[in-house]
Amino acid sequence: MSTATTHDEHHHGAPSGLMRWVKTTNHKDIGTLYLWFAFIMLLVGGAMAMVIRAELFQPGMQVVDPQFFNTMTTMHGLIMVFGAIMPAMVGFANWQIPMMIGAPDMALPRMNNWSFWILPFAGTMLVSTLFMEGGGPAFGWTFYAPLSTTFAPASTDFFIFAVHMLGFSSIMGAINIIATVLNMRAPGMTLMKMPLFVWTWFITAFLLIAVMPVLAGVVTMMLTDRNFGTSFFDAAGGGDPVLFQHVFWFFGHPEVYIMILPSFGIVSEIIPTFARKKLFGYSSMVYATASIAFLSFIVYAHHMFTTGMPVAGELYFMYATIMIAVPTAVKVFNWTATMWRGSMTFETPMLWAVGFVFLFTIGGFTGLMMGVAPTDMQYHDTYFIVAHFHYVLAAGALFAILGGVYYWIPKWTGNMYNERLGKIHFWWSAISINVLFFPQHFIGLAGMPRRIPDYSLQFADWNMISSLGGFAFGLAQIFFLFIVIKTIKGGEKASGQVWEGAEGLEWTVASPAPYHTFATAPEVK
Amino acid sequence: MTMEADQRRQANQRVVKRLGIAAMLMFGFGFALVPLYDVFCDITGLNGKTGRIELEQALSSTVDKDRLVTVEFLGTVHSDLPWEFKPMVRRVKVHPGEVTEVNYYARNLTDGQVAGQAIPSVAPGQAAKYFNKTECFCFTRQTLAAGEGKEMPLRFVVDPGLPEEVRTVSLSYTFFQAKDEVTTETISMEKGSLDSIL
Repeated sequence: MSTATTHDEHHHGAPSGLMRWVKTTNHKDIGTLYLWFAFIMLLVGGAMAMVIRAELFQPGMQVVDPQFFNTMTTMHGLIMVFGAIMPAMVGFANWQIPMMIGAPDMALPRMNNWSFWILPFAGTMLVSTLFMEGGGPAFGWTFYAPLSTTFAPASTDFFIFAVHMLGFSSIMGAINIIATVLNMRAPGMTLMKMPLFVWTWFITAFLLIAVMPVLAGVVTMMLTDRNFGTSFFDAAGGGDPVLFQHVFWFFGHPEVYIMILPSFGIVSEIIPTFARKKLFGYSSMVYATASIAFLSFIVYAHHMFTTGMPVAGELYFMYATIMIAVPTAVKVFNWTATMWRGSMTFETPMLWAVGFVFLFTIGGFTGLMMGVAPTDMQYHDTYFIVAHFHYVLAAGALFAILGGVYYWIPKWTGNMYNERLGKIHFWWSAISINVLFFPQHFIGLAGMPRRIPDYSLQFADWNMISSLGGFAFGLAQIFFLFIVIKTIKGGEKASGQVWEGAEGLEWTVASPAPYHTFATAPEVK
Repeated sequence: MTMEADQRRQANQRVVKRLGIAAMLMFGFGFALVPLYDVFCDITGLNGKTGRIELEQALSSTVDKDRLVTVEFLGTVHSDLPWEFKPMVRRVKVHPGEVTEVNYYARNLTDGQVAGQAIPSVAPGQAAKYFNKTECFCFTRQTLAAGEGKEMPLRFVVDPGLPEEVRTVSLSYTFFQAKDEVTTETISMEKGSLDSIL
């Protein structure tokens, strides 16, 4: 490539063709790639959820065999966590953080390219296990040893390497975000002036750097246990299967905040815009986010109340867990206070954000119920926990992501989405997700275990209702794909400001955002 | 402008270096959790991990003549190990503080020499901390020649501090095939310390 064309690339629009996407170091391109990858994975993981709900539509075995059912629950969890929610959040970070802090690009654009392009390979490797002899991983997304070591299919080694690659990608993405926030802010953009989305991602990035290596460590132990004769989790060689759960949940609990903190950030951007008020209690939001991140490290064993922990341990983890309710309640209070006496309008992004606050709080309440050790004994491994984490991750994180897409898509594409279709998408999803997951509270409390393809007759009615809700919710996301494509292709032109009440640097640039923004740093007062 | 860009590049490199090191340290921390977990369980007696003390120490403890604790013995063999293995007595009643010796019996059912390693566990878990051994066949690996059978001694003392509500303590051993190429040292490197488990 000649110097002249390189020069051109740096100062004008995007180059065309496939290689643009392969070689790009532009934060907006990479953000787009991340978001599309996440969307494809959402549909793949969603298709698996449809298989699960089809099998559970009626008691008895009708659609798939039990082994494949277990593969579906496992892969659905892994793909949604590592393929859909996390990459979608990194996609938002790539698009928005440089524009929000007045930076020309991410701090480390080449590493940015690499951290994205690892993902399709990791995702393909993970999904390819489905077609291997012995089937894909069927031990649940938490892959407890020895089910995932001694008794796992041969394809587990591919799963392990996929997790390694996903971990690499996440760590590099996190380093990039921290470097961007620390070094690339426009003059005058002090840390405490940063938009809350940037703050939540900044803190999330530290969580990623702290725990993704531990995940890499635990799958490495699995790998050597399986292939190289070590026995970390095998009592035969002096190991201990419970050790697996300790190391896994040391990663696993901060992981749930990795998925939810950026959602808090998105919602904290949307609500002030449509309430036309400044975010209530900005600094308390920052401190609450930081305290949630800190607490996430010292509560992990609340996932293990039934492993035979001594009472003192259960009490400690119970109290520490309940303590997380305090900073989380501060956030919910602040969102509500932001809306209080605001000049509210309910465009689609606001609907998702309010839906998030409402449904996430329901998920938070069930979390409290399970944080209490003696009651958790009853709920553990039932559909109650399935209902809980889908309220916080599907009605929580996914709602925030969808709201964020509606909020920023006019800035990304230059076109307004169709408001009527957006509202239909919201109400369709909001109603169906409750039909889908609310009954799971009931069947869980009644004792239906999770990860089992068959169930007793008394659970039949609610399961059928839940499945109907599931099919409707799945279909709604196909509708969303249609809305997104329609918006990219055309629609009412968006102004730079887009939303009347929006504040922040990203709204000072044109819509669609030019390929290069803030080549000279803006003035921040 | 270029100077500023240069400074920014250096600052970025510093961040990458520091966070890269942090990530590697956390990778190491994941592995450090393995020995930490063993030490923690050893101190607290969690997970049925029994203690080991010297004979003099055991003999010096006062015997609580007013109290009797039933100690039950169990023995199982892992499916990989072609051995017969069982306790010689099913249960004994002991006074806390009293040093007691019992025997287990193991026999190699194959035509070749086989090494095995016994892994103990005590139930209920809260008793583990108070169950100490001065001698045990589980302290080292046992090697049996083809067809050889042998009685293996176990000397233990129940600490008088054992909580009142515990009346019965069950001691269970599982014999595993010792991994041939793995010496005790490499096991302790991999596992933290094997002794802390035994």
